[in-house]
Amino acid sequence: MPPLLDVRDLCTYYVGFRGTRVVKAVDGVSFSVEAGETFGLVGESGCGKTTTCHSIVRLLAPSARIVSGAIELEGEDLVVKSQSEMRRIRGHRIATILQDPMASLDPLFSIYDQVAEPAYYHQGLRGQTLRQRVKQLLTAVRIPSPELRMKEYPHQMSGGMRQRIVGAISQAGGPQIIIADEPTTNLDVTIQLQYLNLLKDLQRATGVALIFVTHNLGIVAKMCDRVAVMYAGRIVEMQSVRGLFYKPRHPYTRALLDSIPKLGVKEPLCGIPGQPPDLSNLPAGCSFHPRCQRAVDRCRVDEPRQDDLNGDGSVRCWMPIEEGAARG
Amino acid sequence: MDKPLLAVRDLRKYFPIGGSLFSARRALVKAVDGISFTINAGETLGLVGESGCGKTTTSKLVLAAEVATAGTVEFEGRNVAELRGADLQDYRRKVQVVFQDPYSSLSPRMRVGDIIGEPIKAHERLSSADVRARVAQLLELVGFRPDVARLFPHEFSGGQRQRLAIARALSTNARLVVLDEPVSALDVSIRAHIISLLEEIQQRLAVSYLFIAHDLAAVVHLSRQTAVMYLGKLVEVAESLELCAQPLHPYTKALFAASLPSHPDEPRQDIVLTGEVPGAIDPPRGCHFHPRCPFVMPRCSEHEPPLVELSPGHRVACHLY
Repeated sequence: MPPLLDVRDLCTYYVGFRGTRVVKAVDGVSFSVEAGETFGLVGESGCGKTTTCHSIVRLLAPSARIVSGAIELEGEDLVVKSQSEMRRIRGHRIATILQDPMASLDPLFSIYDQVAEPAYYHQGLRGQTLRQRVKQLLTAVRIPSPELRMKEYPHQMSGGMRQRIVGAISQAGGPQIIIADEPTTNLDVTIQLQYLNLLKDLQRATGVALIFVTHNLGIVAKMCDRVAVMYAGRIVEMQSVRGLFYKPRHPYTRALLDSIPKLGVKEPLCGIPGQPPDLSNLPAGCSFHPRCQRAVDRCRVDEPRQDDLNGDGSVRCWMPIEEGAARG
Repeated sequence: MDKPLLAVRDLRKYFPIGGSLFSARRALVKAVDGISFTINAGETLGLVGESGCGKTTTSKLVLAAEVATAGTVEFEGRNVAELRGADLQDYRRKVQVVFQDPYSSLSPRMRVGDIIGEPIKAHERLSSADVRARVAQLLELVGFRPDVARLFPHEFSGGQRQRLAIARALSTNARLVVLDEPVSALDVSIRAHIISLLEEIQQRLAVSYLFIAHDLAAVVHLSRQTAVMYLGKLVEVAESLELCAQPLHPYTKALFAASLPSHPDEPRQDIVLTGEVPGAIDPPRGCHFHPRCPFVMPRCSEHEPPLVELSPGHRVACHLY
């Protein structure tokens, strides 16, 4: 049986005026997501996480092109679909939650209109059934007194509530996959915890698969089953969440883990020297080599292949950290 | 014991809102409502809290960018509100700031050398050559080659810009630097760099920091003392490591519970707060935290708990203790 979503060798490039500059935002990304699981996509800003997500739902900027690769949803290739076919998929089978709830809600429509829209179009609900459905969705995201609140407008809600409404909208079309692109970045920590717990509860109730895009490894540790780490448009390591935290194989993953301060422990922090590379002018060989402590001559010349790890996962490195190697 | 470098006593800042030009009745936002803390020379005080709790207003009061409604800020034993003329200018020289967003805090039209050199020219009579030499020193301190002085800010990444902002803050030999969310806008790998750089600078120059952030792990890492703020008041102040080991106030406990795990099997107390931060315009009576508190008692809604010292250096405002 094929996985629910299968992304194979996806390349999405931004092409500048007259093709003078090509930014390889996503360059040969492959991963798959099973029904009901939470898949994390981690990386720093500009590593191609968001472009990967936008490629899946085909909401790319006009300058971006999917150059090659396949995105299969239950065996159907989404890359060859027309925009009108995509409209029947977005919101219905794949929903998205974006970072800024104020930008994803329309200030001119009531909460009811916005939550009802996917259920109206994709599930054909009307009248009282639609009203009941909206009430049920708002109750599921713990909006107090939903009957009253659904008549209100986004500006009357707090940030946490707005993001919960966006969560309700994403559920409204009954999707199989929800892509959550940094959904808690704008929320306070206590509200963030509420929201993450809420997403988990919704997932348990509906069995939806989640693709969680974040730069925060703490969120990954809390939410995800499997994780892919992206660097400069490529997946450099993919593992189960425990494998990634306890036995990271790629030097970049290790460095990321070492750069987060841990509560109650005053160890010196190790940052990663240097800057992420310019995606229109990538270094030869492995794109991480200028910042990598383990780099050898081969890394500067040859690009590493994606090697399968025993069991599940893969790593893209000539000098992966050996399993069982001491921390440090 | 030495006198503290900065002593804040019962500081308050109320902003009037609503009403019109002619109506006397106005509501007050109690942005900062009676807070006290001290910072010793060469030490760091961390200030954590959620958005809208008054962290930034506190920093503006310390920077003398706002006038306090009541209470005092004392720096080197002198009340800042009474400083005038040359004394006030000297205060502004000694107390500098680094803001959250390095894209808006550096002028895009000035060269790096001018950005860092401007405070030096404003406060000291130095020849251009001396200013250039000082700028070069500062750039090396934050890890740049001196020849970047002729570049413009757009040629730098976010983390590099933040390092320039730090160099500017240190340009006038500041004794206290207010760091208002200096790493929130940066990527994780860069964040660790800036925190390490700040630590290194503190060791070399013995400068004090008031470090304001909402990321508990970063605050605890960098600060010797940590103060937790909720709706304009301090609810708990303690040595950072003690605060981690033994948080007392229910809000501090909830903040620790809400901070994200560093690995998937980390055990955690699950204190999930219900509800959201109430507005500062009409805060709850009694203890401001009582509507969200899992351990609420009848008297919490009537009497406001004072900040009491439970053990040396550990102060908490809660009726439970």
